[in-house]
Amino acid sequence: MKPENQELRVIDTAHLIGEVEDFRNKGYRLVNVSCTRAGEEFEISYSFELDLRFENIRIIIPPDADIPSISGIYWGAFIYENEMHDLFGVHVRGMNIDFKGNLIRTTVPYPFRNTSFKGEGPCQDR
Amino acid sequence: MSRQIVMPFGPQHPVLPEPIHLDLVLEDETVVDVIPSIGYVHRGLETLVEKRQFPEYVYIAERTCGICSFIHGMTYCQGVERVMGLEVPERAHYLRTIWSEYSRLHSHLLWLGLFADGMGFENLFMNAWKHREFVLDVMEETTGGRVIQGSCKVGGVRRDIDQETLKKMERDLKGFEKGLKEMANVFLNDDSIASRLRGVGVLSRNDAYVCGAVGPTGRGSGVPIDIRMTGYAAYGEVDFSPVVEEDGDCYARCAVRVNELFSSIEIIRQLIDRIPGGEIEVKVKGNPDGEYFSRSEQPRGELVHYVKGNGTKYLARSRIRTPTLTNIPPLVKMLQGCELADVPVIVLSIDPCIGCMER
Amino acid sequence: MTFLKKSPWLLHYDASSCNGCDIEVLACLTPLYDVERFGIINTGNPKHADVFVVTGGVNEQNREVIRNIYEQIPEPKVVVAVGICATSGGIFRECYNMSGGIDQLIPVDVYVPGCAARPESIIDGIVKSLEILEEKRIQMKERARQIKQGRSPGGGER
Repeated sequence: MKPENQELRVIDTAHLIGEVEDFRNKGYRLVNVSCTRAGEEFEISYSFELDLRFENIRIIIPPDADIPSISGIYWGAFIYENEMHDLFGVHVRGMNIDFKGNLIRTTVPYPFRNTSFKGEGPCQDR
Repeated sequence: MSRQIVMPFGPQHPVLPEPIHLDLVLEDETVVDVIPSIGYVHRGLETLVEKRQFPEYVYIAERTCGICSFIHGMTYCQGVERVMGLEVPERAHYLRTIWSEYSRLHSHLLWLGLFADGMGFENLFMNAWKHREFVLDVMEETTGGRVIQGSCKVGGVRRDIDQETLKKMERDLKGFEKGLKEMANVFLNDDSIASRLRGVGVLSRNDAYVCGAVGPTGRGSGVPIDIRMTGYAAYGEVDFSPVVEEDGDCYARCAVRVNELFSSIEIIRQLIDRIPGGEIEVKVKGNPDGEYFSRSEQPRGELVHYVKGNGTKYLARSRIRTPTLTNIPPLVKMLQGCELADVPVIVLSIDPCIGCMER
Repeated sequence: MTFLKKSPWLLHYDASSCNGCDIEVLACLTPLYDVERFGIINTGNPKHADVFVVTGGVNEQNREVIRNIYEQIPEPKVVVAVGICATSGGIFRECYNMSGGIDQLIPVDVYVPGCAARPESIIDGIVKSLEILEEKRIQMKERARQIKQGRSPGGGER
């Protein structure tokens, strides 16, 4: 097994669009946009790939902040951004196709923000 | 200019066993726009990561999708192993690779059958599923499960395959391949299939790249993305090249999958020839602390399992980015401007796996 | 099954299943298991169906869809819950978006456990459901006869 090198840079939200445009111009492909709750903040990671080189950039935002959409640069990014909005409640400005919270319809609004379960306690504690 | 009407497609639709809902905006018989809406199968299984310990979450990861379940489990395990710095024995890597190639065979045959059914070619559907039973028998013999195997775990694999069974598997591949060749001939050279598929749902190379198409959907449009080339598990030790077609229509995507069947068989042969002896698992000590994007090539395309540990038994986050989710924007592009009668075939041609997509 | 006079058709709906059970339900129809030799056909139209096969548990989104399909199937009808998720919610029972098994929503006649349920046990379950279907048919006939004779059907409507 060959381990893969994965670069990760944390950048400022204001530089996001510029950085993503750089990746686009170099010919990178958008692999993934993922959101993670880290304490009180959200980490949003954008992953790109070119010729099997895998690179990530990350922005860290407070929960009520809004972020610019990258769907103007990568057309297909709307699916990740809408998903992020529906599950985490991250507001994304200027998506090319905005489902307004109707892509994944859930019972609880923004379920991944504060996760809840049916039933109490761990399932099995060894 | 004629009037526009909105026609619903799904969620329960004869062509797809799974629920997906599309609102098709029609102008006469032509589709001008498509609005997908999902959530019929959404379970929210990523949240269970806070409820199950990391070795147990493998079972949840495997049940993201029943069709490519082994590869889900394996990708998750690879992520956790990388975070924990575990060195998995070579033999375990080989066994994992053999099982994931059998999964690919089973998934592609399943898709070819459903695709033939979608075109109304019932006979071919039955034929593809007859061949698929051979793969499921091998799975059952070696892992104990037909569609959900449960043979992968953090640190290695649960079961070994003895030398005799490996030899038998290799012998049986010959007859299997012969049957597949006959079937492939129909898919690739039959006139009625070609006229149903050629020029339908064209996705240009540039669109495929900008929309982020992966797997056979991307490779059918000439984008040679195959994560197996990174050499995860034992893929670094076998010789193969990604199957790529240039046309970008439904026929090209079908041809990619048909040809991948034979490439998978070739990979399995090489693996069985070269498999080393030794242990099949290592002992897991401690808890994961750190993060990793674990990537692999599923039958439908690139799969990303993001795992983040915080030093406890419970992971902080698992994010599963499945290929079908990524292939939805290309699907929207393909459907714009097609005929209403072609919609089922085009939707099927990306090999949608809704269970995966909505998690 | 010798008593069976008609060929039962089934309608399969994937509630929030992982596909494992779905492909096993489909595998029942294909050459190795081939339930078509018993006259069982998988149909896409609820109006044609007698047996409603559901895989996966109910989530909040497909509640209405399942109820809608169930109501469209003409009487007599039987419901078969295939797989452990359809029976109780299974491995996903704690997820926020799941409400549990199919019996939370519609009456279930036969439960087929397993993850994923094997084709053999699915066929067993469906054969069992056919006995129940035949019983329901006889009961329906009886009720119709009583109404014809001017007597009110005893026991109330189901």
